Amino acid sequence: MTVLHDPIQPPEGRIEVKNTTCYMCACRCGIRVTLRDNEVRYIQGNPEHPLNKGVICAKGASGIMKQYSPARLTKPLKRKEGAERGAAEFEEISWDEAFQIMEDRLRHLRETDPKKFAMFTGRDQMQALTGMFAKQYGTPNYAAHGGFCSVNLAAGMIYTIGGSFWEFGGPDLERSKLFVMIGTAEDHHSNPMKIELSKFKRNGGRFISINPVRTGYSAIADEWIAIKPGTDGALILALIHELIKTGLYDRDFLVQYSNSAELVSTDEASDDAGLFVRTDIPQDTECFEAQDKVWWDRTSDKPMHAREESVDPYLLGEFTMPDGRQVKPAFQLLKERVEEYTPEWAAEVTGIPADRIKTLAHEMGITARDEQIELPIAWTDAWGKDHDTVTGNPVSFHAMRGLAAHSNGFQSIRALSILMSLLGTIDRPGGFRHKAPFPRPIPPCAKTPKGPEGVKPNTPLDGMPLGWPAEPDDLFVDDKGEPVRIDKAFSWEFPLSAHGMMQNAITNAVNKDPYDIDTLLIFMANMAWNSTMNTSEVRKMLNDKNEDGTFKIPFLIVCDAFQSEMSAYADLLLPDTTYLERHDVISILDRPISEFEGPVDSVRIPVVPPKGECKPFQEVLIELGSRLKLPAFTKEDGTRKYRDYPDFIVNYETAPGSGIGFLSGWRGKGGEKFMKGEPNPNQWEMYEKNNCVFHHHLPKSYQYMRNWNRGYLKWSQEHSLQRYAEPINIHIYSEVLMKFRRAAQGKSDGKQPPEHLRGRVETHFDPLPFYAEPLEVQLTDKQKYPLAALTQRPMAMYHSWDSQNAWLRQIHAHNYMHIHPATAKAQGIEDGGWMWAESMHGKVRCLARYSEAVEPGTVWTWNAMGKAKGAWNLDGDANESQKGFLLNHLISEELPKNECGEHISNSDPVTGQAGWFDVRVRVYKAEDDEPKESYPQFDEMPQLPGTDERRKKQGFFAGMFTKGSK
Amino acid sequence: MHPAFSVIFLTTLIGVGQGLFLALFTGQSYAAVELVPSQDSATFYGLGGIIAFVFLVGGLIASVFHLGRPERAWRSATQWRTSWLSREVIALPIVMGLIFVYSIMHYFGLDTVLYTSKAGTTLQLSLIVGALGMLFTFVLFICTGMIYAAIKFLQEWACALTPINYILLGTASGFTLAAAFASSNAPDLLGLYGNWAIIITAFAFITRGGSLIRNSRIKAKSTIQSAIGIRHPQIQQKAMGMQGGSVNTRDFFHHKTATFFKIIKWSFMILVFPVPIILLWSGMESGSTSTLLGAFIIQYVGLIAERWFFFAQANHPQNLYYQTT
Amino acid sequence: MTQLALVIDLNVCVGCHACVTSCKEWNTSGPAGFMTDENPYGKDPTGTFFNRVQTYEVGEFPKTETVHFPKSCLHCEDAPCVPVCPTGASYKREKDGIVLVDYDKCIGCRYCSWACPYGAREIDEEQKVMKKCTLCVDRIYDESLPEAERKPACVLACPTSARLFGDVHDADSDVSVAIREEGGYQLMPEWGTNPSNHYLPRRKTHMHIHEDELQRADNPLNKEQRGPSGPVEGTTLDDSTSW
Repeated sequence: MTVLHDPIQPPEGRIEVKNTTCYMCACRCGIRVTLRDNEVRYIQGNPEHPLNKGVICAKGASGIMKQYSPARLTKPLKRKEGAERGAAEFEEISWDEAFQIMEDRLRHLRETDPKKFAMFTGRDQMQALTGMFAKQYGTPNYAAHGGFCSVNLAAGMIYTIGGSFWEFGGPDLERSKLFVMIGTAEDHHSNPMKIELSKFKRNGGRFISINPVRTGYSAIADEWIAIKPGTDGALILALIHELIKTGLYDRDFLVQYSNSAELVSTDEASDDAGLFVRTDIPQDTECFEAQDKVWWDRTSDKPMHAREESVDPYLLGEFTMPDGRQVKPAFQLLKERVEEYTPEWAAEVTGIPADRIKTLAHEMGITARDEQIELPIAWTDAWGKDHDTVTGNPVSFHAMRGLAAHSNGFQSIRALSILMSLLGTIDRPGGFRHKAPFPRPIPPCAKTPKGPEGVKPNTPLDGMPLGWPAEPDDLFVDDKGEPVRIDKAFSWEFPLSAHGMMQNAITNAVNKDPYDIDTLLIFMANMAWNSTMNTSEVRKMLNDKNEDGTFKIPFLIVCDAFQSEMSAYADLLLPDTTYLERHDVISILDRPISEFEGPVDSVRIPVVPPKGECKPFQEVLIELGSRLKLPAFTKEDGTRKYRDYPDFIVNYETAPGSGIGFLSGWRGKGGEKFMKGEPNPNQWEMYEKNNCVFHHHLPKSYQYMRNWNRGYLKWSQEHSLQRYAEPINIHIYSEVLMKFRRAAQGKSDGKQPPEHLRGRVETHFDPLPFYAEPLEVQLTDKQKYPLAALTQRPMAMYHSWDSQNAWLRQIHAHNYMHIHPATAKAQGIEDGGWMWAESMHGKVRCLARYSEAVEPGTVWTWNAMGKAKGAWNLDGDANESQKGFLLNHLISEELPKNECGEHISNSDPVTGQAGWFDVRVRVYKAEDDEPKESYPQFDEMPQLPGTDERRKKQGFFAGMFTKGSK
Repeated sequence: MHPAFSVIFLTTLIGVGQGLFLALFTGQSYAAVELVPSQDSATFYGLGGIIAFVFLVGGLIASVFHLGRPERAWRSATQWRTSWLSREVIALPIVMGLIFVYSIMHYFGLDTVLYTSKAGTTLQLSLIVGALGMLFTFVLFICTGMIYAAIKFLQEWACALTPINYILLGTASGFTLAAAFASSNAPDLLGLYGNWAIIITAFAFITRGGSLIRNSRIKAKSTIQSAIGIRHPQIQQKAMGMQGGSVNTRDFFHHKTATFFKIIKWSFMILVFPVPIILLWSGMESGSTSTLLGAFIIQYVGLIAERWFFFAQANHPQNLYYQTT
Repeated sequence: MTQLALVIDLNVCVGCHACVTSCKEWNTSGPAGFMTDENPYGKDPTGTFFNRVQTYEVGEFPKTETVHFPKSCLHCEDAPCVPVCPTGASYKREKDGIVLVDYDKCIGCRYCSWACPYGAREIDEEQKVMKKCTLCVDRIYDESLPEAERKPACVLACPTSARLFGDVHDADSDVSVAIREEGGYQLMPEWGTNPSNHYLPRRKTHMHIHEDELQRADNPLNKEQRGPSGPVEGTTLDDSTSW
């Protein structure tokens, strides 16, 4: 048979292959980009990259359509005089003009009141730079997206075990035998999780998923345990109850490596009630924990200095100190705490049968105990004891926003961390393992200023904009205990809000609570749509005016690569580049891509030139920093220090001569050093030659037990990863939390909560985990609003980013409300029919989809698929706006008025984590005569100047596409 | 399946053309053995053949609309060893050629007597051409029917009734048209054509009705279980992998309501069979050309509905993978 | 004779669609390209894809299984789409069993798509020819690529390595071993098409707990007993006799 069309002959064209790092989500896989005649022909996973080992996901493989999307902004734009915000009426201006506007405005604010400038960024990956810019500028009002993402997960774990999931640690599925995944969105730790899950299953591991919904990763679980949203804490506490009751915990691990055996003063009468008994007068250890605790020795039946070689302590019991104080080991307190949390009790709360809870505990405990791993790796612990082997109990966990995005999430995650510790799985083979720069002290050393005096005109901030309070005095409040930050982070309302609280920035600024601001800069966060709660109202707030006709937020700068909903509200709109067009660093100073085996950082190097006048946001910051003469960007003679971002990355040092910069690889003049070393002018080239990634493999003996591994701790100190080489013991009992509680109880000197918050702080700063319904749920009429409503993240879309992507939007063009058939039928809702979901804050009309894979008391939808009409440069009748919907309309950013007051954020009272998943709804059928479109609808957003025309048809063929063929 | 109008018109129009030609040739054959009176070569066989030819051309034109790349259509004659479609592509021009020759011979009086028997009956060249035409007309009918009947997993089609129905429905419509044509141009043959048209239509009613009954009893061999290979009585598709539709959702399903589907079924059962039979009978009684032409037009409209239904009823197993349409 | 094919492991497929878009991006700019998208930024966007991932729910709550199901051309050994093609544009390569379409011969009559029970073929509405999975025939023999990358784009992309690629006629190949040992099966076996692509079913790992595993001598609770045990309450024999 003659073949006319040769299926093998490659098309003509000049082929180039370049390495860089993906940014279609926050996973940061290494990619290899093939170009044909300067157009992107193929994006594949880089097989030599440690993170993704050659694989790529649906988003990564669709990067081409991001690059050539007609939604791309290409010119700096200024809101037309007199136009409303949101109307998206803009005029083109030059970058010079844009910089001049920003320079004038920001200089004035810096000279007068720097906190009037607020800068909030979304799912960017340059928090080390943006945070540093804010600090240099001198504003406390900076945060990234963590507060509305997963700060509970970070804080709950870091305040317990000194590390957390995803960037900073994760399950060692290579050696695990039982893996339990709780409330994980399927995009979090995307490709590495998929790679590992597959290997784990093929190695015969048992995978259990606990989630109200069975999608994505849960689909391939050996068992799916459906749980009612927000009740994870109850389940975990019942598991702890059962493990303690049956003795299925790793006693030796708890004794040596946690504070389980340490004696807590339980004498309400004594000054130190609730604090650990100490051998000496407490020393000021800045941010490590002194080894001055006391155990009750079993042999001598006496209190002894903890962790002395010969001491063998009790974990349970009640003792009287020689001075008469009543004391108990922390573990005894935990046992007492979980006494009431029986599996039978938890069954009622979670919807999981009591027997299943018990067997789940038994599965964990027995696997941990009987499948113990022993690796022939010798190591020395922090107390100088040599060990011939590293042992591990092969039970591992992963959790994400399902656990975190509840206002009771912090304590649930504390409970999870304790469960993991009880099983003896912290930084051990087959369990949880840290990734550099973690573990860190509990809590880590970084601190914010401690009061308004830390914010001064023309002066860098006296502290970090974000930090980790260790005691009430670390709070960022004024004399009256009122917040200094616009988002009220690190105040008594949310003392441990380590990632800030971006979700409240706009509402607070408009309410002038605690004060008003002048300029708000939003980078890459869709605050007029899916990144905010209460979307409809927040859109109005962005346009809110004072009585004199001026805007309540006087100036709004937005930087984005795409015509997002937020871009319509900008006064000044700056076109960012795509990831394929810019330099970037994924820095150890931020959230690196470290592996269990050692630190890893990586870079992006442009593979194509920027489209139009697009400019990377990093360059905007460097330029602004230079124009404003911020110290870090200015030489002593007052001239500009850095030419541009690549120059900044190479030459910036955290302090003069510190040898620490954004990149840890190929430091030193010739690139011979790592982690620490003088700037290397050829650092970018060296990254480029090495797959854009630097990976340092620690010696095997430094790869485990790092909280207590003398070798590792010393290594990390020598390489300036941390200040101290002291052991980091697990906080089963959190004295840090107790200090806040004692302040609330009026038992400590120093900062005190305002009266109306005393009860709140006392309740929630419980040194041991407890279960209570999420705050919003407590304040909801559950008879009226009986169902929980959630979002899940599909694997083929990242947040709102990909509706402008011609390939990905064919997979997900609109979203449904997934609902159990029985729940739906009870309301007459048909499969595929229109329905309403209504909370006490708002309502949406949406399409229903029956599902047997959802807990019947829950409805859910894919996140952020619904779009405002015309946004992302889609046609007005596009599915996203006509059939798609946004659940955010149902969720309020503030709690209903309650005993703690009005305008309290709908967030975890410990960490300020946004309570996305706490909303309760009722559902009902949409009437037949209603419009067949989602509700609410908004006026169509016009196409912005500088964006390409929307193609009606396209045939992408690299090398010919932009030349006008198709 | 999605009923494509190009294919509906292709099959119905060539069916009429083929049927009309068969009727003409039947008339001429009967006349040759003197069962019926001979007719004027030009105004009846010639003109009739040209009408049949025009229908075939109409079908051919319709077929072009079905092709993505009609300029390459010549290639489709190459795979006659395996493809019924290829065979149809070969048979169709042969039939058209033979009918064209047949018509021209009659129209321009180019016919010659090849042989005269002692009894005086003559064997004319046009009869040989006509016989070949008849043979290939049947071949074409079979090819057309087998295009559908040969796809074994389209169970509604994979049956001997499919080509039989193509033959009978095409022939019936051709004979009905022949009756109308005869009523004006050869009234002697009106009875022959009218009666045969009624008989063939009645047979077609039986075989088409038979296929409806058969199809209503089909148990689909493929199930969602065999499609994805999972044994469980309750399997529901939740996502097709695309939300804006694809070829799979457009080409293989009619996208009409069950009511519409039923209306079409009953429409064609009435329009193709009883109504034309009554009109044929009445037209034969009255000799009214317009009644007979009405019979043909109604039957043809009915056949369009029949063909729509033929496609729409065929349930492609690929639809098991595209159930959220 | 060689028969190249994919074996898709439903046991690990998480439904991420990586195979879908990596296929599209490779093939739209290759010999099979371009692959048209219609209404890419409008209502009901649609386009040519050679591979899709679908989702099914099996069973009733709470015993529900969510199954992600990738589907592309199965490269049948007895491919029904090939003999029906009137032009010979649809063909099965003798060398490796890949079923291909010669785009220069195809007249876009769609008959092959009717003849495929799996719905694996997609007409390109712009170029008006039938297209389908080529098993990346332009990658797998391309000696300019490193050997490890001479695989279909979907196989390279798949994060869970749920897609195995190889010769199903070679009894010792990875794919044959997987089919043999992991219960590989074909789709719609009832039609005798003998698809070369196979699917591997879900396999579950269970844990069985023995009663005695909960009552072990080394139970750490035993260590919490404080001091010698005290006397029992009430009388004992010691109170009534001296032996």
